[in-house]
Amino acid sequence: MQALYAQLLVGLINGSFYALLSLGLAVIFGMLNIINFAHGALYMMGAFVAYFLLNLGGISYWWALLIAPILVGIFGMILERTMLQWLTGLDHLYGLLLTFGIALIVQGVFQNYFGSSGLPYAIPDQLKGGVNLGFMFLPIYRGWVVIFSLVVCLATWFLIEKTQLGAYLRAATENPTLVRAFGINVPRMITLTYGLGVGLAALAGVLSAPINQVRPLMGADLIIVVFAVVVIGGMGSIMGSIITGFALGVIEGFTKYYYPEASNTVVFVLMVLVLLVKPTGLTGRAA
Amino acid sequence: MSALTDDTLPMTPRAMRDEMIVFAILAVLLAIVPFTGIYPFFVMQALCFALLACAFNLLIGYGGLLSFGHAMFLGTAGYVTAHALKVWALPPELGILIGTAAAALLGLATGYVSIKRQGIYFSMITLALSQLLYFIYLQAPFTHGEDGIQGIPQGHLLGILDLSKPTVLYYVVLAGFLAGFLLIYRTINSPFGEVLKSIRENEPRAISLGYKTDQYKLLAYILSGTLAGFAGSLKVFVAQNASLTDVHWSMSGEIVLMTLVGGLGTIFGPVVGAFVIIAMQQYLAGFGQWVTVIQGVIFVSCVLLFRRGLVGELAHLLRRSL
Amino acid sequence: MKNMISALLLGTALTLASAGLASAQDKTVKIGALSDQSGLYADLAGPGSTLAAQMAVEDSKLKDKGWKIDIISGDHQNKPDIGTTIARQWFDVDKVDVIVDVPNSGVALAVNNVVKEKNGVYINSGAATSDLTNAQCSPNTVHWTYDTYMLAHATGQALVKAGGDTWFFLTADYAFGAALERDTTAVVTANGGKVVGGVKHPLNTADFSSFLLQAQASKAKIIGLANAGGDTTNSIKQAAEFGIGKGGQKLAGLLLFLTDVKAIGLDTAQGLNFTETFYWDLNDQTRAFSKRFSERMKNSAPPTMVQAGVYAGLMHYFKALDALGGNPHDGAKIVAKMKEIPADDPLFGKGEVQANGRVIHNAYLFEVKKPSESKSPWDLYKLVGTVPGDQAFTPLDKSSCALLKK
Repeated sequence: MQALYAQLLVGLINGSFYALLSLGLAVIFGMLNIINFAHGALYMMGAFVAYFLLNLGGISYWWALLIAPILVGIFGMILERTMLQWLTGLDHLYGLLLTFGIALIVQGVFQNYFGSSGLPYAIPDQLKGGVNLGFMFLPIYRGWVVIFSLVVCLATWFLIEKTQLGAYLRAATENPTLVRAFGINVPRMITLTYGLGVGLAALAGVLSAPINQVRPLMGADLIIVVFAVVVIGGMGSIMGSIITGFALGVIEGFTKYYYPEASNTVVFVLMVLVLLVKPTGLTGRAA
Repeated sequence: MSALTDDTLPMTPRAMRDEMIVFAILAVLLAIVPFTGIYPFFVMQALCFALLACAFNLLIGYGGLLSFGHAMFLGTAGYVTAHALKVWALPPELGILIGTAAAALLGLATGYVSIKRQGIYFSMITLALSQLLYFIYLQAPFTHGEDGIQGIPQGHLLGILDLSKPTVLYYVVLAGFLAGFLLIYRTINSPFGEVLKSIRENEPRAISLGYKTDQYKLLAYILSGTLAGFAGSLKVFVAQNASLTDVHWSMSGEIVLMTLVGGLGTIFGPVVGAFVIIAMQQYLAGFGQWVTVIQGVIFVSCVLLFRRGLVGELAHLLRRSL
Repeated sequence: MKNMISALLLGTALTLASAGLASAQDKTVKIGALSDQSGLYADLAGPGSTLAAQMAVEDSKLKDKGWKIDIISGDHQNKPDIGTTIARQWFDVDKVDVIVDVPNSGVALAVNNVVKEKNGVYINSGAATSDLTNAQCSPNTVHWTYDTYMLAHATGQALVKAGGDTWFFLTADYAFGAALERDTTAVVTANGGKVVGGVKHPLNTADFSSFLLQAQASKAKIIGLANAGGDTTNSIKQAAEFGIGKGGQKLAGLLLFLTDVKAIGLDTAQGLNFTETFYWDLNDQTRAFSKRFSERMKNSAPPTMVQAGVYAGLMHYFKALDALGGNPHDGAKIVAKMKEIPADDPLFGKGEVQANGRVIHNAYLFEVKKPSESKSPWDLYKLVGTVPGDQAFTPLDKSSCALLKK
């Protein structure tokens, strides 16, 4: 039984990454109607920016949490301005293919300069060590990840669902012409939204840097799973993807205990099942 | 949702004649390859992928369904054929038959599950299904996991054609490719193909005209999967192995890339696309990591600059159907 | 690719030029360095292996004896079908005589078949699978450097003898991981130890915490990592995070390369035990070679054992060529000669090529240094034991190779 508590907690930790990443994907899909395949590559860039900040500029983890999402977010906005915006009104397929291509380019360039084995990034001193919870030894850093990402997820949800700005955003996706008529600059809002989604990915990257190796392919391994999370949660649904993210982490955790070989696959089983029962995901709207 | 392809040109006898001429030129060019000194294995491999891309194109270009899991047909047929040849020691023709049949069955099963879903959800469910299959093949003992099935005997086709001779194998693969290609061509121009296109353009309308669209889509899906499987079976004889690479999702991505580069919904596009991508992998191999970058650049520029693909743009330029 | 084309042109020109005088002895050889140039194994093999091959060509001095030796390299991208396509093309079109390196067991076995079919020479250094000299052995293949049997035996035996008698395995869920776990289990139990549990994880797992918790709960003294590459580095890193070393349990990496240790960093990796057959700082000869090697490497890294194996394997191959005097295109004949000549090179020391193609040489047990003990960026290991070749590798009477049943 104790082991199960431990697995539950570990599952929540992984779930935080899924939640942060799928949240970004959901925001982007909701507002831009683009399935952002480059999300994994941007997550990786977040981790690399943190690494460079520390090793070249001596800038700590805490500042990286702020700076990396901003830098990568700006990079994302440039992508949106120069490429993605031309796809408005086209089939989803093209957005998917374009961002897939971008992911290949970004990953390839990083691989070329930094190899594949990865670079080490140490846990910040303040978060080193762990506490014994009785049923498990919890590294403090992991605990921090859960709490921090939960806060970020809820803040994002609040921003989009409960504020004036969020209301504009949601309205702009429903009916851009009408919103424009109110004197709101819709393209700029879309660009900022993409920046926000991308920034969330970069933030997840910084969070994961001390846990995993900072590797060019760290995002490529993850992106397919996160896609599944978004699909299960319902494309474009903010709360759906947060909840599914955490839930999936937990389910995966239990799978790792009972049938570890299948832990990378369980998400796809879930996805098939959910789509069979509810074609648009748990909370989604029609594509 | 806007249409993926824009072959607005009506199917006229002239268009048909154009296509047949191009096809004849293509067939002749391919037939003389062994006499040119071009390395036949490269062309054979490209032919297998060309057939695969054509099969995929049947689904997306004419049915409007983007499958992100087509590698599962390639891999399944490959594994079954390889196992039949190596372990059951069956003759090549039976090996191909069983492999292709396995892909057809898989098409029936996965098609039944996925075909009711629309747009992006269809892509995602095919992706999920192919990941499941990947896991099964990783675990199943007969596939030998990461090592794959190696050293597959090529044998004698129909007891007479020695497939271990490169030239013989080449013509067998070429015949297979041409047969598959013609079958696809025939399908597209049949009444069935017309209904398919009308579903792609406007599904509710097709339904209101009394067509059971799900059945049409399922049939197209199975046909596409079967032909993809046929390509996978042929590929076993060329590569002499069957491995997890062929079931991985990145292979599905590559199939999409080939078709996109050549031109979605064009008849010859997938063939051109397959040759371009395979040639790139072969001849750019020395650039190491840059190959990935180059592939990415191709993706991006295809989407941004020439969405119709190489052949599609050419056809558009010439105002011909290709 | 550019060098491939120029090599091709050069080759053609040379065939034309030498057509007139080739009657006496054909002394043209082409080496194909087939490796992972961009993926997981690129750092431990890849371009460094090609460099090692070049250095072997230069050091052999065969050019002075009238030999013409070319090298081409290729990227198998860790895909068996790409690997076989390149290999086949090399034999058919580029007239390659010997293929070296080939990390990744799946690709290595696939290429093994092609080399046998084309009667070339195959000097594998990068792959771990012991099948190459057992069930799938070939008269054209020589397997240098290491294999799963050796890794399991050297590490397993040493740790059990040092008191690590209860084991828990973290095993990558594929053939290589399974073979490693199986072989190590055999050694552990044969030496009086006990395996108390294990968990199979999918390949390329990002998060190991769940598995590590299970390992922790098992109370086993040793946690054996039967995985490779990113999986190993991630499990080691996360084990440190969960305080596994401090809890009295010890990690044993069953396959760990110099580049992996470097990537993890000494802070985290210190105290790890594992086996390799080569380390740049072993003796004067390895240091001298490594100095020359790292001066020519892009990031001035010293050679890994795989890269060293490429060098040593080719040096031995050149000895066989020299002994035969010419006509280097009958692969089986050259490999037979390689088996006749005793192996002795500056990097691996004395050894022999057994009838099944397995090369026997010393294996070394290392421990990763503490950060305070390390004097230079690549000063990472300290030697804790040496296992003689005949004890480290599969004894011939246990090999299932068909070549032995004559």
